[in-house]
Amino acid sequence: MKLDFEHLQSAHCESGVTSSLLRKNSGGKITEPLAFGIGAGLFFCYIPLIKINNGPAIAFRTFPGLIFKRTCNALGIPVIRKKFRSKDQAEDYLKQRLDEGHPVGCQVGVYYLSYFPREYRFHFNAHNLIVFGKEDDNYLISDPVMETTTTLTSYELERVRFAKGALAPRGQLYYPKEDVEITDERIRKAIISGIKNNVNQMLRIPGSFAGIRGIKYTGEKIKRWRDKLGLQKAGSYLAQLVRMQEEIGTGGGGFRYIYAAFLQEAYAYVQKDELLEISKMFTQAGDLWRTAAVQAAGIYKGRIGSQKDFDVMGDYLIEISVLEKEAFTALKNIKWN
Amino acid sequence: MVTTPTKATIVRIKNVRFFQSDMKKENVPQDVSALGKITKEVCYATDSSGKYVKELSSGWDVKINALDVAWKDVEERIAKAKAQVLNEEASPLLFFMEYRLMDPGILADYTGFWKWQIKRHLKPNVFKNLSDKKLQKYAEAFNVTVEDFKTMTVHEA
Repeated sequence: MKLDFEHLQSAHCESGVTSSLLRKNSGGKITEPLAFGIGAGLFFCYIPLIKINNGPAIAFRTFPGLIFKRTCNALGIPVIRKKFRSKDQAEDYLKQRLDEGHPVGCQVGVYYLSYFPREYRFHFNAHNLIVFGKEDDNYLISDPVMETTTTLTSYELERVRFAKGALAPRGQLYYPKEDVEITDERIRKAIISGIKNNVNQMLRIPGSFAGIRGIKYTGEKIKRWRDKLGLQKAGSYLAQLVRMQEEIGTGGGGFRYIYAAFLQEAYAYVQKDELLEISKMFTQAGDLWRTAAVQAAGIYKGRIGSQKDFDVMGDYLIEISVLEKEAFTALKNIKWN
Repeated sequence: MVTTPTKATIVRIKNVRFFQSDMKKENVPQDVSALGKITKEVCYATDSSGKYVKELSSGWDVKINALDVAWKDVEERIAKAKAQVLNEEASPLLFFMEYRLMDPGILADYTGFWKWQIKRHLKPNVFKNLSDKKLQKYAEAFNVTVEDFKTMTVHEA
């Protein structure tokens, strides 16, 4: 069976899935940037002591699952989210949902995701896709980062739904519970609460590893990487930073461009001129992240590599933290009424 | 040493009204990455009026190189593991762990073994005496046959 479903390619998997699953409710109004912004997706976090693929653990977005949850909450749409112990139950539930005529969002691991090129397959378990039908043994898949729809056999789907390791999906699936109409007024309120949420997340989060302070902290750390790790390993660390920032799913500039797009779209619902100005600041932040990535590439390609080059790299991040602090403070200071 | 933001940034922030992004539609990079051969990816970029639009990108050299660095590190670890197995310093388990980018933690989750068991199975002498049932569990986690697992054979490019 194949559901009436239109594939929508997006930059980031979770905000893309959210936008797609809400299409029926919203009549297409909840675009990817709106889902990302309402879900307060923008973040920065450097988790010390933890290693991912033998490199630093750095995230430019909020914790997996939160964007869908927050966006639906803010729009007043009840959400069903289920995890499963048993693989059979996980598949039965999915089939039942499809039989009832509803597409389903699934959290999966990318390591055994057969339609991804091997170069992109790491043990990353917070990827999201939509299942929208089944023909013979093949599930019909709408993966938001792909240009077109694709398929997975039932074994392949089971394998990625039950991928293991950090953030193991445990068969997790989710969908909006019912079709609730979303009014413009509701979107307006959701946008404002999403912005407030994101301001808190970046400015007020305690500790020095996350939010604006986390960016500065990482900048300071980078300056010491060359001495501490040696040139080659420091290069690998920078490569990992760049991958987290630019690799499939960020829309460029570590999600900063998506956020800038969100603020532009938000203006259609909340006519505050500041939004357009601040959007430009996030565009600048995105540009600066990309300038930093070019500097990092110089180091990991071996073109440059002196301590001064690492200092320049670290200073970029410190500059970014200043810029983003200004941008979020400006958002915080908007008078909404 | 804490550096203050450069003057350039501050000036740029003040001039935000006249600011033009580097990431204009026509500047979205189109270098061909491994993913680019299969699908293009969505980027957000600005059009001539400064409005954000979705634009497809086939890849960017900066991140293609970053991915190359990551794989070069992996290949080095795989080669090292292979040499250790051939020298009988480690069992084929080590090779496949590196080949499948797994650490004992992930492998324990996939197989149901304890981490200390996995570490024990890395010794060639212990590995030799593993039951077929245990070998089968590993082979399944690595997506290979038991025979290929024991002989360190891989068929994928």
